[in-house]
Amino acid sequence: MQMSGAQMVCEAIIAEGVKTVFGYPGGAIMHVYDEIYKQNGFEHILNRHEQAAVHAADGYARATGEVGVAMVTSGPGFTNAVTGLATAYMDSIPLVVISGQVPLSLIGTDGFQEIDAVGISRPCTKHNFLVRTLEELPRILKEAFYIARSGRPGPVLVDIPKDITVGIGNFVYPDTVNIPTYKPTYKGNKKQIEKAVEAIKKAKKPLIYVGGGAVLSNASELVRQLAQKTQIPTVETLMARGVMGAKNPLLLGMLGMHGNYASNMAMSETDLIIALGARFDDRVTGKLSEFARYADIIHVDIDPANIAKLVDVDYPIVGDVYDVLENMIPLLENVNTDRYQAWREILKRYDALHPQSYVDSDEVLKPQWVIERVGELVGENAIITSDVGQHQMWAAQHYPFDRPRQWINSGGLGTMGFGFPAAIGAKRAFPEKTVINITGDGSILMNMQELVTAAEYKIPVINLILNNHFLGMVRQWQTFFYEKRYSQTDLTFQPNWKALAEACGGIGYDVETKEEFDAALKDAIRQDKVCFMNIAINRFENVLPMVPAGGALFNMMLPQSEEK
Amino acid sequence: MGVEIMKDERRVISVIVMNESSVLARITALFAGRGYNIESLTVAPIPNSEMSHITIETKGNAKVMEQITKQLHKLIPVYKVIEHEEMVEKEMVLVKFPIAENLSDIAALCIAYNGGIVNVGKEMIIAQVADEPMRIQHFIEAAQRYNPCEIVRGGVVAIER
Ligand SMILES: Cc1ncc(C[n+]2csc(CCOP(=O)(O)OP(=O)(O)O)c2C)c(N)n1
Ligand SMILES: [Mg+2]
Repeated sequence: MQMSGAQMVCEAIIAEGVKTVFGYPGGAIMHVYDEIYKQNGFEHILNRHEQAAVHAADGYARATGEVGVAMVTSGPGFTNAVTGLATAYMDSIPLVVISGQVPLSLIGTDGFQEIDAVGISRPCTKHNFLVRTLEELPRILKEAFYIARSGRPGPVLVDIPKDITVGIGNFVYPDTVNIPTYKPTYKGNKKQIEKAVEAIKKAKKPLIYVGGGAVLSNASELVRQLAQKTQIPTVETLMARGVMGAKNPLLLGMLGMHGNYASNMAMSETDLIIALGARFDDRVTGKLSEFARYADIIHVDIDPANIAKLVDVDYPIVGDVYDVLENMIPLLENVNTDRYQAWREILKRYDALHPQSYVDSDEVLKPQWVIERVGELVGENAIITSDVGQHQMWAAQHYPFDRPRQWINSGGLGTMGFGFPAAIGAKRAFPEKTVINITGDGSILMNMQELVTAAEYKIPVINLILNNHFLGMVRQWQTFFYEKRYSQTDLTFQPNWKALAEACGGIGYDVETKEEFDAALKDAIRQDKVCFMNIAINRFENVLPMVPAGGALFNMMLPQSEEK
Repeated sequence: MGVEIMKDERRVISVIVMNESSVLARITALFAGRGYNIESLTVAPIPNSEMSHITIETKGNAKVMEQITKQLHKLIPVYKVIEHEEMVEKEMVLVKFPIAENLSDIAALCIAYNGGIVNVGKEMIIAQVADEPMRIQHFIEAAQRYNPCEIVRGGVVAIER
């Protein structure tokens, strides 16, 4: 069929089954927006900043497991989108971002709103394309979606010069993709899997270490089966919260810098790590030379470059967590679960010794209480997004996550401003679910313009602002490591949150007590409007346990040590 | 998991890539971004194919080399990465000498390294040598005696035996 490049872009989006596109128009992408106006195969949400548009597409992708799509113009439109790309890249989230570019004839001339988008985005995309001819446009669009979702997922940028969107050509959307240089491995090597199974059977203190890869490969059910069948205790990374389910007796908790005592001790004492889609990030391992000193390592990862990057691996298995577990679990049919009984007992004692805890108060709201209360009130029915800081860690520690994709946060890049637009994307994907962004008084301001987006499109996202009048996480480091010199972290000067929300078409709540919180949350859930809930919390509350950066995982600052 | 001290070693790798725009930029950006060394780099299309052959001379310990190979593989247009073990490697160098130097000595030196004088101008002569990188290094050292005014090395090309 004959059509313009701009139409091809829309046809490809429709062919890929995308229902919602997030974006922001401008000169170089206007022909595409003109076609968006004429079609009704997908809806377009006008976010109020390109960064937010990409985060919204990202939230949509994390909640659904499908490719998220965002569209921006050239120059500043694209540069605004870069943080969104980098955020998705670090967490391996499948996105296709389409950017306008100046016409081919102007490329390289410092034209108006020209910027080298493929150059800038090279290190923060899985792949990127600058389209050079109309003929290659359908193939590139097809490949972009394929590359984004296959293998280790990631964001893909397609930069389209304006004249290509005007040109008329024949459109046939390819059915298949053939990239001879790109063949991800899904099935793990059989022999390696058998060896790993033997190691599991011989181990005395094995530990399952689950990462975000288990979420990405939709392997949660299989991870639970593996743990269940073998009775091997399990720890989750920040990105894997929900994989095991909070009620699962085999789940020790989250490990790492703000992991709980039992999880970090388990990692320090295990004799066999079964790593499933986890990448031994420095926030997880602490000091590498002290990390898991007694352990052999089985590492299952779809990205070979993740294996043996930081730690030496004894049983490398390149493959998708889902496919590998599908082959591994049947081989563990007759594993002797009693073998690990003593180990489970040790860990139970560790957990009893230092459970994940906090000291509640009647005078002031404790952030941990707020999060546990949200869990009690909405629990598994909600999708929780978050920003970056103390509130994020409290949410990860205290929310009873029940299923994968229920917890959406920027783990790898740690992007403040991610939570609200990501919540908008998730809510658009699941309108029937309560979507709550747990945020801070610092982070929320970094994409607060999205109040307008959420109000306009009636996307009733609930923003719980755990307000400590601080850039709390930085303040905590200043308390511990900079002799309380609170350099540029005091946020005493604040907006009127309620008025701010109302000015943008949302609603606001000011909350200082438990009763007020309950009432406000119940009201917010009933409303069909976006809201800001300003929750005054204890200013100097710290996130504990904490492994100081660069310290050994077993050297934790615990709640008791703080009080002394 | 013992902590071994790993030595930096010189390695030559060949990267076979799709012949498409910006593929070289992807590779050099990867080296720069991840802090890997490039000692030399050559690139040319492979005859009768849609691929190019890039030869990179680099330095790093075994762990770094493993990461370089894996990270290169991750790039979408990269078809194959060969960490050379048993290879034939050659490098070319062009050297400009003042015409006033002892030309027959220079010619003899070039011949000893499989080269010769390829251009004679009014004030300068140009010598060319193609040999193993180590021998190229020796040639350049020996050539110092004749006051070379410009030396251009071509970078290593390698082929597995
Ligand atoms: C875009 C960005 N800038 C800076 C930082 C560094 N940073 C990490 S946490 C934090 C404080 C966040 O404050 P707030 O949102 O109020 O959360 P709190 O820690 O108080 O809960 C800062 C500045 C970051 N992660 N992201
Ligand atoms: Mg704060």
